[in-house]
Amino acid sequence: MYQGRGILPPIELPSGSPIRMSLFTLYGANIMGERKVRYLSLEEGGFSLLLLAIAIFCLVIAGKTWDQVLAFHTALIALASLAGIFYIFRRYFDGNNTPAPLEINGKPNYNMGPVKFTTWASVFWGIAGFLVGVIIASQLAFPALNFDLPWINFGRLRPLHTSAVIFAFGGNVLIATSFYVVQRTCQARLPGAIAPWFVVLGYNLFIVVAGTGYLLGVTQGKEYAEPEWYADWLLTVVWVGYLLTFLGVIWRRKESHIYVANWFYLAFIVTIAVLHLFNNASLPVSIYSTKSYIVWSGVQDAMVQWWYGHNAVGFFLTAGFLAIMYYFIPKRAERPVYSYRLSIVHFWALIFLYIWAGPHHLHYTSLPQWASTLGMTFSIILWMPSWGGMINGLMTLSGAWDKLRTDPVLRMMVVSVAFYGMATFEGPLMSIRAVNGLSHYTDWTIGHVHAGALGWVGYISFGALYCLVPWLYNKKSLYSLRLVNWHFWVSTMGIVFYICSMWVSGIMQGLMWRAYDSLGFLEYSFIDTVDAMYPFYVMRAFGGLLFLAGALIMVYNLVMTVRVGEELESDAAGQPALAPAE
Amino acid sequence: MDATYTSLAHFAQTGGLLYFMAIFAGVVIYACWPSNSKRFDDASQVPLREDD
Repeated sequence: MYQGRGILPPIELPSGSPIRMSLFTLYGANIMGERKVRYLSLEEGGFSLLLLAIAIFCLVIAGKTWDQVLAFHTALIALASLAGIFYIFRRYFDGNNTPAPLEINGKPNYNMGPVKFTTWASVFWGIAGFLVGVIIASQLAFPALNFDLPWINFGRLRPLHTSAVIFAFGGNVLIATSFYVVQRTCQARLPGAIAPWFVVLGYNLFIVVAGTGYLLGVTQGKEYAEPEWYADWLLTVVWVGYLLTFLGVIWRRKESHIYVANWFYLAFIVTIAVLHLFNNASLPVSIYSTKSYIVWSGVQDAMVQWWYGHNAVGFFLTAGFLAIMYYFIPKRAERPVYSYRLSIVHFWALIFLYIWAGPHHLHYTSLPQWASTLGMTFSIILWMPSWGGMINGLMTLSGAWDKLRTDPVLRMMVVSVAFYGMATFEGPLMSIRAVNGLSHYTDWTIGHVHAGALGWVGYISFGALYCLVPWLYNKKSLYSLRLVNWHFWVSTMGIVFYICSMWVSGIMQGLMWRAYDSLGFLEYSFIDTVDAMYPFYVMRAFGGLLFLAGALIMVYNLVMTVRVGEELESDAAGQPALAPAE
Repeated sequence: MDATYTSLAHFAQTGGLLYFMAIFAGVVIYACWPSNSKRFDDASQVPLREDD
């Protein structure tokens, strides 16, 4: 009989009372031998109250606002909160709320339900985000595709694309892998029964609110921080839950050393929280309005925005995915990381330097020159930790390079690290003021971002998903390695099309903007440059289409792995090697 | 005003240099300290030995 660990002794309740509950006990106790008395745990009661407060707050706004989008969003959040309360109490009345054992037969009883959910959420959002990317790339080549409709014009779909791929796809990959890795490397179960689900469902609710908001014209107009104040508040609450859940696993870890991947995950979670709070320090014009204004203005706002923006790259798209590299590549190659010492230097150097690089986004603006020089200097110094990390990832394969020929999943992850090296070489180069004068506001930036996004973030995520799905569903291997090979080559062709066309287009665009004739007049009008970029826009859309096709091959492969993949045999104790919690 | 700016900038530049060099030196010394090497070798095995 499981005896919960509580802070208060069990309370004797009058028998015959249909509902026995106390918000202040953590116990599932056995009274009189057979009858279990279930208490509503502190966690369940706390989350019910939190969700109730959110629901009431949102319902009041939904009822009183004159803004239809806000009414829709607050009603949606209220409904989701009420559904959460319903779920907690249904679980309670059905008697399913006894805390899951932390260990079964001396082995940690991992909670993989939320990991599975975020894995499939990332697959779904990935396809959605790539598809919207192909649509907006086509809109640039063929403007008629805007159809003169406000909801699907380029201006609204573009943030939908960036948020869908970065925060929805990337974010769900990070939540899935972080919950998986931290449990496995700490040999401990995620704390709580409600908290992990609150995090994963709350995060995806935020995605829905943010994304539908863009389509309906609600935006702060800050790149990568477009969601308005109420969506920001929602994310803040969810993110605190994420941090506490992650820390909870580290707190109860069996392994004395905190593995380096967890350091990177923690840096990602903490820094994103700080950046989010600062960059969204805005006051709504009214609690019943979607519109808000930031408390500082002008160049201060620009500086904070790009401090945020660049560290969204540095801590969301880099530190978080480096954590994936430090766990999944050693795991897949069956070798420890090349140098653990280097990983420590890599970690501290990266986080201490990245945070200063933001001002390089504001060269030749009203930002003081010393500030943009500072950002540029730190960007160049970043070459060292970035390449240190890349070497550490690549050299993990030393002595096992033959695996690249036989294992396309490992190849995908290694190519991802190579793209990381390439993008982190190009980035500092572009941060140099003179180079930036040519590259800024041109398609070169877009090409650079996609070398990192498609090559590094995309491929390391695909590699992690290819590893995770068989592990989570207890399968021997993937459905088909041949299909992984197809995915790899189709997508790689897509990336090559994409970044090469954007390099040519971007440098051409930059050179055309600065071309003067012999009399000192600008040689080209703006529309001349747009016209010249047409073939490259078509090529880019084609590259994106190939990348999307590769991802669809992956979806088929992952679904078939779950449906028809061969089960892993159970071990001697008759226990599956990886016992799911529910 | 100008004097304040110059002196502040001077302090930030030298201070920043020393601060970052000290942190970097500290991290490298910690990472390379001979008695830590066994611990780190052990830690690098964490993902590989967690199974079963």
